[in-house]
Amino acid sequence: MKKLLLGDFAVARGAWEAGAKVATAYPGTPSTEITEELARYDDVYSEWSPNEKVALEVGVGASIRGARTIVSMKHVGLNVACDPLFTASYTGVNAGLVIAVADDPSVFSSQNEQDTRVTAVSAQVPVLEPSDSMEAKEFTKLAFELSEQYDTPVILRVTTRVAHSQSLVELGERQELPLKNYEKNIAKYVMMPANARVKHTVVEERTAKLSADADTLAINRIEPGDTKLGIICAGGVYEYVKEALPEASVLKLGMVYPLPYKLIEKFAASVDRCIVAEELAPHIETLVKAHGIAVEGKNIFPRCGEFSANLIRRCILGEDTAAAPAQVPARPPVLCAGCPHRGVFYVLSKLKLNVLGDIGCYTLGAVPPLGSMDAVVCMGASIGMAIGFDKADPEAHKHSVAVIGDSTFIHSGITGLIDAVYNKAPVTVIILDNRTTGMTGHQNHPATGKTIKNEPTYELDLAEVCRAVGVPNVRTVDPGDLAETERAVKEELAKDEVSVIIAKKPCALLTKRLYKGFRINEKCKKCKACLKLGCPAIVNGKDGITIDVSLCTECGLCKGVCKFGAIEGEVQ
Amino acid sequence: MKSLDILIVGVGGQGTLLASRVLGKYALESGYDVKLSEVHGMAQRGGSVMTYVRIGEKIASPIIDEGRADLILAFEKLEALRYAHYLKPEGEILYSTQEIMPMPVVTGAAEYPKGIEEQLRGDGVDALDLALQAGNSKAANSVMLGALCKKLGLDREKFEAALLASIPQKTIDMNRRAFELGYAAV
Repeated sequence: MKKLLLGDFAVARGAWEAGAKVATAYPGTPSTEITEELARYDDVYSEWSPNEKVALEVGVGASIRGARTIVSMKHVGLNVACDPLFTASYTGVNAGLVIAVADDPSVFSSQNEQDTRVTAVSAQVPVLEPSDSMEAKEFTKLAFELSEQYDTPVILRVTTRVAHSQSLVELGERQELPLKNYEKNIAKYVMMPANARVKHTVVEERTAKLSADADTLAINRIEPGDTKLGIICAGGVYEYVKEALPEASVLKLGMVYPLPYKLIEKFAASVDRCIVAEELAPHIETLVKAHGIAVEGKNIFPRCGEFSANLIRRCILGEDTAAAPAQVPARPPVLCAGCPHRGVFYVLSKLKLNVLGDIGCYTLGAVPPLGSMDAVVCMGASIGMAIGFDKADPEAHKHSVAVIGDSTFIHSGITGLIDAVYNKAPVTVIILDNRTTGMTGHQNHPATGKTIKNEPTYELDLAEVCRAVGVPNVRTVDPGDLAETERAVKEELAKDEVSVIIAKKPCALLTKRLYKGFRINEKCKKCKACLKLGCPAIVNGKDGITIDVSLCTECGLCKGVCKFGAIEGEVQ
Repeated sequence: MKSLDILIVGVGGQGTLLASRVLGKYALESGYDVKLSEVHGMAQRGGSVMTYVRIGEKIASPIIDEGRADLILAFEKLEALRYAHYLKPEGEILYSTQEIMPMPVVTGAAEYPKGIEEQLRGDGVDALDLALQAGNSKAANSVMLGALCKKLGLDREKFEAALLASIPQKTIDMNRRAFELGYAAV
């Protein structure tokens, strides 16, 4: 049966068909939907882990104990999981261990544009890269087989365009596998120096063998064509090449590390001009050149951003169908109408504080008119950066705060908070607790009291966590109450101790209801105070200031800043 | 139908994903190869979004390049203009006349362009007003899908069924009314 499937769903389906029993992940665009989909299968245990490191550690344990396991994350999540990854490469597996990693060329929803293939070379872990949903499913199954055959974790790399495109998939049946026998094997699984030294040699031999075997691996294939031009490509780029250069000879690599050098040599020798077309890092090109094979690559293709058929045509043929776009105002993403974070950022902006930020929807607090964000680096970094501000300038804590989401705080904010207490940095931390993992599309986390399958579980109490690590001042505010929020921020900044303010209000998108929307009456003096909220529902157009009822969620924040009672409607 | 490349554009949250999935379902049920490409995550938060729908005998790239779209379905007027250069010379835009102010306009850093409609080749539909007539502003995407069905001469029964199968049960009546109003509008 053929089905139109999202690339991520196809990875999930592949894992299920391969008999995977365990699936773990921390949500991260564009990888989230893999594990969301796996959670729908009752014969796979799935979980949202607190972060990617834990997710992979659970995966390593499950694999050693004998269950095929898939661990999913975005590219920057792999950084968090690198510690277990690099050594799991040494221990190898018992049952297959597949790590699905989604890269984000063009940075649609990330903080950088790093290339997972480069990390995989350092970790000496093989990488498969599918081009569409059908391959996403089949390569996932193959990844489990290779993992067991070569005793290694295998990375399945997708990019945003493969993860978030839908194409046709032929569905298969699930392969029911018994739990593999587990035998204690200290030399294999306990990585202390004496064992690790031995294992490093094993890993080097494994990589060499994989590279040699890759020459005949079916997913690495030559598609002969015009011998004047040969393109080496993989993943989504293959589709652009087929679209732009249907006549060219193509070497399609299904495994992008380690590389099949004999096959590449044969292909390069068969064409007059051999070009590697790859997004981001010159990963294939560098390895191929180091092997003494002459190819072109980044001398004609960009290192930044995703490719397209048009880009291939432009770079190779010098043809371009692109017309100049109209010059129109940009439309950057903004905090949604009714977003509970807006009240906090309005107050922080009004008080002109330095704001050390973090990763989530609330990163959009950096967008004008709120513009209240000084630095954002990675998950959990806000608290550490606030400590750094204070250690560099002992006055800094009086006019700076760290803001971090509830899910992000659990992911990697708690250790930063322990540092603040332990090393006496009197920082003020605001946990933006919207009761969900918002940016990635509303996943549960340990403080929602619900599992990935929406089953009730222990609900982590964020305030108690803060008190338990030694924070003397912990208070909870409603960010919809601007006066209360402002008072709390001022009071906590004045203290020479660590403070945590939990701004608690559910994400506006969690309430799936229809609103009538507010309206602005004739009392409006056009003072524009409401526009400072940066609410997309408040419009300053040709009819004066109005409210777009298609967006308004009746949160009432605008009523709180209007001094003239000009906004009508019942606050929800 | 030989092949059809449709770009769906709008403001994050307007339901461009629903529109692409309905088209995908329709194409699949009509026996075509189809690829859809979507934007999730950060770009959904009120930002400018685009979704590609490619239908044909055999589709390679899931994305549509500039200058190659047969039709643009735009849920907002400024977004229609932003992506108009994706059209083929003979391509057309089917757009909602709704205006949603981007934040640089709200803050006064930029102006919402005037005379957009004169620059667009295609048909405008007052989708917001028709959606309100149907019951709620949220039905605007069904209005646009009704208009699209008529514009492309798709099998109405099959297309409407693909839409109604993709939305919550309790909103079916409203969306059916919205589809009808959109169908009659072009």
